[in-house]
Amino acid sequence: MKMNIYRKSRVACVGAGLTLFRRRLMETSDELMWLAARQALDEAGLTIEDIDCIVFGTAPDNFDGIHMQSEALADGAGAVNKPYTRVYVGGGTGVFSVIAGWWHVASGLCDRVLVIAEEKMSHVQPHPQYLFHHIFDPVTEKPLGVNLIWIFALEMHRYMYKYGIKKEDIALVSVKNKRNALDHPSAQVAAKITVEDVLNSEVLVWPVQRLDISPVSDGAGALVLVSESEAKKLTDEPIWIDGVGWSLDTMYWTNRDLAFPVYLYYAGKMAYEMAGIENPRKEIDFAEVYDPFDYKELHHMEGLQLARKGEAPILTREGVTERDGDLPINPSGGLLGVGNPIAAAGIMKVAEVYWQLRGMAGKRQVKKDVVTGLAQAWGDLMQVGTVVIMRR
Amino acid sequence: MADVGIIGVGTTQFRPETREKLFKELMYEAAYRAYLEAGVDPRRDVDAFITASEDLWEGLAIFDEYVPDQLGGVLKPVFTVGGDGIHGLIHGYMLIKTGRFDVVAVEAHSKASEIEDIKKVVRFALDPIYLRPVIEDVDVLAGLEMAASLGCYGIDMDTVNEVILKNHFNGSFNSAPYAQNLDENSFETPEYLAEPLRTLDVAPYVDGGAVVVLASKDYISREGLEPVWIEGVGWATQGGRFERFLDMPGEGLAAAARMAYDMAGVSRPRRYFDLAEVDDRFSFREPVSLIALGLASGDVNIDYADRVFEMDGELPVNVSGGFLANGYPLEAGGLMKLVYAARQIWGEAGPNQLDDVEKALVATRREIPSTTYGVVVLSG
Repeated sequence: MKMNIYRKSRVACVGAGLTLFRRRLMETSDELMWLAARQALDEAGLTIEDIDCIVFGTAPDNFDGIHMQSEALADGAGAVNKPYTRVYVGGGTGVFSVIAGWWHVASGLCDRVLVIAEEKMSHVQPHPQYLFHHIFDPVTEKPLGVNLIWIFALEMHRYMYKYGIKKEDIALVSVKNKRNALDHPSAQVAAKITVEDVLNSEVLVWPVQRLDISPVSDGAGALVLVSESEAKKLTDEPIWIDGVGWSLDTMYWTNRDLAFPVYLYYAGKMAYEMAGIENPRKEIDFAEVYDPFDYKELHHMEGLQLARKGEAPILTREGVTERDGDLPINPSGGLLGVGNPIAAAGIMKVAEVYWQLRGMAGKRQVKKDVVTGLAQAWGDLMQVGTVVIMRR
Repeated sequence: MADVGIIGVGTTQFRPETREKLFKELMYEAAYRAYLEAGVDPRRDVDAFITASEDLWEGLAIFDEYVPDQLGGVLKPVFTVGGDGIHGLIHGYMLIKTGRFDVVAVEAHSKASEIEDIKKVVRFALDPIYLRPVIEDVDVLAGLEMAASLGCYGIDMDTVNEVILKNHFNGSFNSAPYAQNLDENSFETPEYLAEPLRTLDVAPYVDGGAVVVLASKDYISREGLEPVWIEGVGWATQGGRFERFLDMPGEGLAAAARMAYDMAGVSRPRRYFDLAEVDDRFSFREPVSLIALGLASGDVNIDYADRVFEMDGELPVNVSGGFLANGYPLEAGGLMKLVYAARQIWGEAGPNQLDDVEKALVATRREIPSTTYGVVVLSG
């Protein structure tokens, strides 16, 4: 195992928690946060009184219909007379909140940090896409009636055109991830489907079809991060956060070549340098990459240098990214299978890396012995990459 | 010596309206000035960029999208904090303390004048089931908080009036846009918004932007800079229920102050600081803050009667004129106060410059109904 010689102070993950991911969960946002936090604290053998600082992640404010949402949800986070803060980078927030938790500990200011991410998208009527209309520039874009699926269709099209990728190859990602999710207890849309099912599903905005997309979800996730000295007291099997990285591109997305996520390349580079990784394809044993759309898994693998440009569909077709493959990608089932409560979905990915590295993933456990795992998320106007690298 | 210092600050003018500028231009202007003062090129020297804001202040969902271009942060680590600029600064402080970041820029701004009905936006922060249906006008929240604060801490109305007179007086020398020429007679026929809250108790909203550039001790020593050092930081949220907050307003501030004082080694705050810039979004919050921060003696009313917190007093408080005279720039409130305190330490505070300011305290709270506080201890 390669050690991170650049680290100043090591940060460990010692507990993770996840609620069910569902559309229209009956629990309030506070209750979802409490459920996830309780599970993570129990796994770490701690109570909320033991926690020094709390980091909260949620993507847009408006899903809960509350301004200054973090303030309203402070009780659900256990933030009573405690340092508590909310950070956000759109869809990248789930993984980013873990990065923020990392610097709370790595700075030496906190020893035990609870990171919680929550999203309750079901509140938005008639559909969350209505809210996403407000993420666009009010002068140059909003009047066009643009929505997220519309711009992702542009990106998917560009990616397919540039590298000559077929819809059939992209559909394999959806088939794999929904199948992997059959083993995930939180999963919302796990299923055994075929490439034909994906290709025959309803066209939303060509080339995006219904089964290319993750669902609207509610849910929460939580992690407990601690300093090296605390980790040694709490567990014999800490999982270390050895690399973090994030990067935000210009908001003028129309000026970029959408075929390659350059912001993710920079985010990955930052995390790899910190973790002392020189060859990601060889040194990363498995990865949870962000897959709100099936093509995004491939796109992100290339941005993270886990595949060369245009190579990710080939690796997928050859079974390399299967749970028993050489480079398992999204063994959890990803957003396509487990669900996509935006910020909570990012935490779900980090939690999966943590559980896989501890050998606690049950039926989802990847076949090969794993030492180094990566979790990644993406968001804003196809603009931000957030990366966490963990080792056991 | 501390590990993190402020090497440059920049602000726009704080004005009631800035119709000629977009929020991006306010951000750019403040950033340009701060980078110039710090002697940094954002593309080359700044390792991370932080903005403090909330979607509903901006009228844009996922506001962090709109941040990198005008700060020079494209394809660099950039993120947004749902909090006051002080909380952004605390994140910047932590980033540098990890040892992996040398220079971090922190930004916050207000374009309050562009919000069509700001009270409706504030009301949207209330619990939709328990509070929103019964609170039509958010002035009622401030009225409730004022009544609770006066009751909890035994603060007299004469003291509250002293706060208003002092801050407007201080602001009148400081080009503060809302500074008024007030005297004792100004309170004789009060205009109540929600009794006991009066119009004069409320700081009006203001537009403007502020950027602070932080750097590591190594960078500062390498570049031979004279920073304002950050000796300690603290932050805390009192809880998620405003109605419960009314039991003891300011408890969260005391928790944040303890954290900052422990870090800075402050045991007797009243004697330690030469200057304090504390929350006065509403007049009564200044004495509450001074009590929670341990800056008041046994009876805060006597302190005010003895003019302890005046510009020439034992511990000058809100020498800038505070929010009451300068206006309240939403999430930029903390940075507005911090920039002023840093300028006092540098000896560049203009007409209200005090002699020999070495140690300063900045403490803020976010807009009502927030219960989140931030505290920063600065030294020259």
